[in-house]
Amino acid sequence: MTPETKHLEVTLQTQVESVNVAEEMCLRVAEAAGFGEDDCYRIGMSVREGVINAFHYGNQEKPDKKIYLAVHLTADKMIIHVLDEGKGFSLADVPDPLAEENLLSTSGRGIFLMRAFMDEFDVVTGQNGGAEIIMSKKLPGSSESNGQGGQDAQGGQGAGGSGKTPHQEA
Amino acid sequence: MVDFSGRITLGEGSALLRKTIRALLEEERNLLLLNLGDVDYIDSSGIGELVSAYTAVKNRGGDMKLLNLTKKVRDLLQITKLFTVFEVFTDENGALRSF
Repeated sequence: MTPETKHLEVTLQTQVESVNVAEEMCLRVAEAAGFGEDDCYRIGMSVREGVINAFHYGNQEKPDKKIYLAVHLTADKMIIHVLDEGKGFSLADVPDPLAEENLLSTSGRGIFLMRAFMDEFDVVTGQNGGAEIIMSKKLPGSSESNGQGGQDAQGGQGAGGSGKTPHQEA
Repeated sequence: MVDFSGRITLGEGSALLRKTIRALLEEERNLLLLNLGDVDYIDSSGIGELVSAYTAVKNRGGDMKLLNLTKKVRDLLQITKLFTVFEVFTDENGALRSF
């Protein structure tokens, strides 16, 4: 672990309130990292959508399952991992919410919003078989900071996921 | 016209929206203007409830329009292309006359 890297990990219950807890926690980290109001909003929204995804789709709202949230602050980006205890999913199977036939769907916009709001976004299969969302936003003032969204996440530990469940120590 | 405030998010906010619309439809009030001027935050669940409400109202032969969107809500509806679905107003009188 380099001196510039900070880590925060928390295990959340599969319940609605966990969405608020996760959002609030990540907002505080984002503010402390120097993100402005607009980026904090985008990060907070993305965390909400990631945990909602884990709560509803991954863990099927089953209270005996957990959601693992990890936040890493490197020298140039804030990286967020959300891991559920579900069966995993492929991004290719997620319908396009902007397609005409899906516009009036009552769900299915979370992935789209995370991709829109974060600089990097990806979904991999976690060590436990669940879905692991990995998304990141470049710190303000970093050399690559340009506000563009939707690219595959590289993560602080290389592409393809963390290699361990987020609740383990780095 | 129905006034909403605060956050329309997963949990209480979206549930309140759902209950309110359901109650209005049960009273056979199906021309609805939702004033979202004090709604400062909405997530995908809240958007889903808005869409669900819109569909329910339309299926009953009614109409549902939105008034006074805050910037964040407006931006979200734009990027999700729902701005092309909902009729959105900034003027209450104009909105009411449009029904």
